[in-house]
Amino acid sequence: MAATDGEVGHPTSIPALLARNARVYAAQPAWREKEFGIWQVWTWAEGAAEIRAIALGLMALGLERGDHVAVIGRNRPALYWSMIAAQMCGAVPVPLYQDATGDEMTYVLDHCGARFVVCGDQEQADKVIEVQERLHHIDQVVYVDKRGMRKYDHSRMNALADVVAEGKAAHNRFDAELDARIAELNYDSTCVMLYTSGTTGKPKGVVLSNRNIIETSKSSAGFDKLRAGDDVLAYLPMAWVGDFIFSVGQAIWTGFCVNCPESAATMMTDLREIGPTYFFAPPRVFEGQLTQVMIRMEDAGRVKKAMFDHYMKVARRVGPDILDGKQVSLGDRLAYWIGDKLVYGPLKNTLGFSRVRVGYTAGEAIGPEIFDFYRSLGINLKQLYGQTEASVFITQQPDGQVRSDTVGVPSPGVEVRIAENGEVFYRGPGTFVAYYKNAESTASTKDAEGWVATGDAGFFEEKTGHLRIIDRAKDVGKMADGRLFAPKYVENKLKFYPSILEAVVFGNGRDRCTAFINIDLTAVGNWAERNNIAYSSYQELAGHPRVYDMIKAHVEEVNRSVAEDPMLAGCQIHRFLILHKELDADDGEMTRTRKVRRKVIEDKFADLIAALYDGRDSVYTETEVTYEDGRKGAIKATLKLMDVAVAPDASRRVAA
Amino acid sequence: MNAMNSEGYTTADGRKIGGVMMEMKNITLRFGGVKAITDISFDIREGEIRAIIGPNGAGKSSMLNVISGFYVPQEGEVWFHGQRRAPMKPYEVAQQGIARTFQNIALFEGMSVLDNIMTGRLTLMKTGLFQQAMWWGRAQKEETAHREKVEKVIDFLEIQDIRKTPVGRLPYGLKKRVELARALAAEPKLLLLDEPMAGMNVEEKEDMCRFILDVNDEFGTTIALIEHDMGVVMDLSDRVVVMDYGKKIGDGTPDEVRNNQDVINAYLGVAHD
Repeated sequence: MAATDGEVGHPTSIPALLARNARVYAAQPAWREKEFGIWQVWTWAEGAAEIRAIALGLMALGLERGDHVAVIGRNRPALYWSMIAAQMCGAVPVPLYQDATGDEMTYVLDHCGARFVVCGDQEQADKVIEVQERLHHIDQVVYVDKRGMRKYDHSRMNALADVVAEGKAAHNRFDAELDARIAELNYDSTCVMLYTSGTTGKPKGVVLSNRNIIETSKSSAGFDKLRAGDDVLAYLPMAWVGDFIFSVGQAIWTGFCVNCPESAATMMTDLREIGPTYFFAPPRVFEGQLTQVMIRMEDAGRVKKAMFDHYMKVARRVGPDILDGKQVSLGDRLAYWIGDKLVYGPLKNTLGFSRVRVGYTAGEAIGPEIFDFYRSLGINLKQLYGQTEASVFITQQPDGQVRSDTVGVPSPGVEVRIAENGEVFYRGPGTFVAYYKNAESTASTKDAEGWVATGDAGFFEEKTGHLRIIDRAKDVGKMADGRLFAPKYVENKLKFYPSILEAVVFGNGRDRCTAFINIDLTAVGNWAERNNIAYSSYQELAGHPRVYDMIKAHVEEVNRSVAEDPMLAGCQIHRFLILHKELDADDGEMTRTRKVRRKVIEDKFADLIAALYDGRDSVYTETEVTYEDGRKGAIKATLKLMDVAVAPDASRRVAA
Repeated sequence: MNAMNSEGYTTADGRKIGGVMMEMKNITLRFGGVKAITDISFDIREGEIRAIIGPNGAGKSSMLNVISGFYVPQEGEVWFHGQRRAPMKPYEVAQQGIARTFQNIALFEGMSVLDNIMTGRLTLMKTGLFQQAMWWGRAQKEETAHREKVEKVIDFLEIQDIRKTPVGRLPYGLKKRVELARALAAEPKLLLLDEPMAGMNVEEKEDMCRFILDVNDEFGTTIALIEHDMGVVMDLSDRVVVMDYGKKIGDGTPDEVRNNQDVINAYLGVAHD
């Protein structure tokens, strides 16, 4: 039955690989989900049977070849199964961000023309029903969690359990047709369609073929020697390409087990219980964990604190070298071994990293201190650089060549080149097929030879051959006097301080740079508590004079560090303010993957930016906010503006 | 609302309400010379959400205590499932399928959320103290079965992340939810809620409303609740009893009650000449 292509010598579709796994790894765990306090397990054989039943049920509901099946919800085996079941039927799965607002969801559902929608629970079903009033092509809604759904009109709606039961009952009728549809799938059929988060404009539907997903999974799994028996925790949004590669592509290629947490709130507990061997997290997760550890160590007893400090010093000195297999003296090895028994081992266990063999971070720059902290504990944390259009992997760091300021060497099979203006281009087997219903964007992104523009500016280090990314190519600008303006470079340096959650730097076309700062409530709140600073709200804490003083010291440190790089010395911050609200995706200020939307912020806070440049000491402002349930409100505040000392720029005289 | 008869009725949103589950006949409750409740009659039907409202000191909590069997009225009769109820011990009440939450949270602060909810199943446990202390054989199996039920409740009320947290460390709104969980763990037929939203913010109230509706919908549990927040009561309940100074001044659907002149007077006050 498996559609094995003679040319590549292995199954060429996800359903065919599933059939292989059900045979080869039959009794090995394939999916786990914590429910009712216990980890429920499905083997490859059991999971394959479930998926087949879902596929039969979807056919009974009338799913046709080429239909789009939207999938919305938190990471659950049932939703992963639905995606594979849709592929079996010849349809295209389209996972969506579960925290998307009604409008965002309407756009995507309209654009892909979904006929079927699979929802995790009532919350998602409600959104879809609302959208359904406007979009009549949504024919069938299927939901996983039955709770609260009893009273709904079920004329075009079904519980997944019922779909499965119906599929099993009707298997005689559809078996042959389903097998035929599975056999039709080949390397060029569409595997999945993923919408980009869209820092600019509307999201675009990236069409990825079986070739893209399977080739990428094959080479990346080989790169890191992933194998059956590995465990991953599936907790990142299903709509994100990374989750699809890790939890579907690589999992089904190598036959490792995908573990789904009980709920978003229990993720840390579940992480500890599973102890994944292969782990991915955006920098903010690592930052959050480190902040937690540091806060708890501040409150620890004196002996414990001294022990922690001493052995962390040892770890920082020799840990990374031991991890990279470099030469380390016997005495240091012994000290590290003792430290491992006393501090690192228990700490890794608390964090859930005891078994991690390969860990990745990407999406944003990670602070060197944070990166080194994890590596010094003996956790093999690496960086990769990728995007949806590349099926994730463009470059990644090989074991033993890991640094916090590069993103590694080109992934196996991927070619990378730097254009004259500094923009990074790539092509490879993972390069996407097209943007759905958007030939114009496809043509402007991917040229005839298959080279794709990343939109990022970067360069290869001559000595190591590693790629370094500076900023988004379009964000890199010029200041009034012609010097280079790279906001992200400075923002990242600012964000490495635990008390700064987010920073936005302005200065394109101006004579000097200024910044908005968002404080991190956890870190600053804890600091305030220890220093007896009373506050009643985020806004009050953000405006506190001592918080301003602390942030000012951070900004000045960053200025000194920026001034060391002659190319970027113009980007020093002259003046800043601390925002009275957290930048939020619900207000459109950030993307769902927490990337700053510069244009939106520039428009929305135009009054504040003006104040940063006209020399006032304070500014009054009113800001519209959107609550989680969609209602709107306004917050008023008077913000302080603060000047910062600038380090002398050796190359040029500082203007103004 | 459709015409009501002994068979029950159908609510505006299409739920079927059954026959009478509990009937209060001419209840009068006195504490010494003080009459807390004077000659009140009403019924609670299978599957409905029944609210008791009234200004401060109207006798609402006393009424709830009569329903739960904690107070025995001096006059009047309580009929439950077609039988007149004799004075009972609290555990007998629990065995009849009645569970409640309290206005001032009554949880074991030092115990974990899970253990607190497990106490809700105490009356359902069959093994004796000795067997449980040895924790072997039947006792072990029984605990597993009970834990399974408790986990269903934890999942239902979405408190998985605080399962192992001591109750004392939880914020107020979550404690209320844990109390509801403990009551639900007893798998009650009739659930009594004493001011379930008191002291909550808007978001917590909305959550609690949803849970109450879901409990009623999912398990078919009959719910009698006391509440101060008029908006909540009107949205939530099928029928409302209004009390003032220990007397019943209104009874009917939220709309009927809202337009009742006595109720308006009691809540907004009347001008005295």
